[in-house]
Amino acid sequence: MSVVRIPPTLRTDTGGEREVIAEGDTVRDLLDDLTARFPTLESKLEYANVYVGGEDIRTRDGFETRVSASDTVILLPAMAGGSPAESAPHFPRS
Amino acid sequence: MATSSETPTVSLREAADLLAGEALFLDVREQGEWDLGHVPDALHIPLGLLEDRAADKLPDRERDIVVYCAHGRRSLAALATLRALGYGRSRHLSDGFEEWEKSGFPVVVPSTLEPDQRRRYSRHLLIPELGEAGQRRLLESSVLLIGAGGLGSPASLYLAAAGVGTLGIVDDDVVDESNLQRQIAHSTQRLGDPKVESARDTLTALNPDVKVKTFNERLTSENIDRILAEGWDVIVDGADNFPTRYLVNDASVWHGIPVVHGSIYRFEGQATVFKPGEGPCYRCLFPTPPPPELAPSCAEGGVLGVLPGVIGSLQANETIKLVAGIGEPLIGRLLLFDALSATFTEVALRRDPNCPVCGEHPTVTEYIDYAEFCAA
Repeated sequence: MSVVRIPPTLRTDTGGEREVIAEGDTVRDLLDDLTARFPTLESKLEYANVYVGGEDIRTRDGFETRVSASDTVILLPAMAGGSPAESAPHFPRS
Repeated sequence: MATSSETPTVSLREAADLLAGEALFLDVREQGEWDLGHVPDALHIPLGLLEDRAADKLPDRERDIVVYCAHGRRSLAALATLRALGYGRSRHLSDGFEEWEKSGFPVVVPSTLEPDQRRRYSRHLLIPELGEAGQRRLLESSVLLIGAGGLGSPASLYLAAAGVGTLGIVDDDVVDESNLQRQIAHSTQRLGDPKVESARDTLTALNPDVKVKTFNERLTSENIDRILAEGWDVIVDGADNFPTRYLVNDASVWHGIPVVHGSIYRFEGQATVFKPGEGPCYRCLFPTPPPPELAPSCAEGGVLGVLPGVIGSLQANETIKLVAGIGEPLIGRLLLFDALSATFTEVALRRDPNCPVCGEHPTVTEYIDYAEFCAA
């Protein structure tokens, strides 16, 4: 069980939650628990980096990286914004 | 203090003792040598002018004088001149200034800053880590800002204030009313004007020392090499879209220019430094942009006005450190800021040996113009 920080760009998928408690001893288990509860997260997580204890899981054991209760897990998708979208005429409004 | 025609030379140690007393040090080297450093409070008369100027500059013929040059040859000639003119208490530093400097005796380097620059940058000059040498490096540096918006505004204002000599700004946008809640380089009077022109006027009003080069165009694969060819020490990336982020990254790797990266969304922002060869690049983190359907919806955007002030200022801070060569830049570290909880979090970024651009076997070898997109 660990705290997973939800980045602002993914909060629409977690009902606005900034942090979610997820069950599991490895990153894979935690993410499985998360996506079971918030299914729209799954495809977006493919494009997010995952950090445990401030380290990229790619430099540890990937999805098998062990997570303890004291670890905070950070999800980090790419963010583009410098001046946000409503001022950027290059983005077609939707 | 014993002086006589029998002991016309002084050792380094004796000279140091004389410096603490009333003796006058006379530097007979050329201007260019003097400018690189000299004995504190020394008088400068190049050897060739000594005979003409001595009477004016040295009215007291009874004073203790220590004459020096680089290695002790010109000072010996000067000594003969001085003695012939009646300066009986003059001696020369036979070891010369170079030995003096090497041995760690006091040296001052005359200021190369103009008096108004010394006043303007006085609070920088007071900081030992920066000082005059650091200020000179700032004045001689060139920084390219991608975007004159939320991040580019505070970053460029602080860089201009700090005396970064040349600022380039790339932006093809015009000032819109909805910008003014955060884009502090612009103002209500400039609505509808190109952002690069509005920003240039603001920056040069703040500091006329700064030369601003404007690029009123959108960065593309067509123009990026031309713009980068103007020679930049650092790129400040405050772009608002993925295509530009990837272009800037790939170009920075190929041109070997560090990028100070910042991005913002609502209450949260992040900053890091991508320095080619020393740390990861943007593609080490995110090899390709997310597909359009997974990108954050633009309609859900929005940003707290002060947030780019925090992140853009961090970018200016990192830029100044890179240019001045001080401190520990955010290379290999991503700083996350949450304005609501007022917390900073740091995560480690590592180079990816499989990175498509800076990895061992690059697969991206030319610019890619990714389609502009925005999820519904």
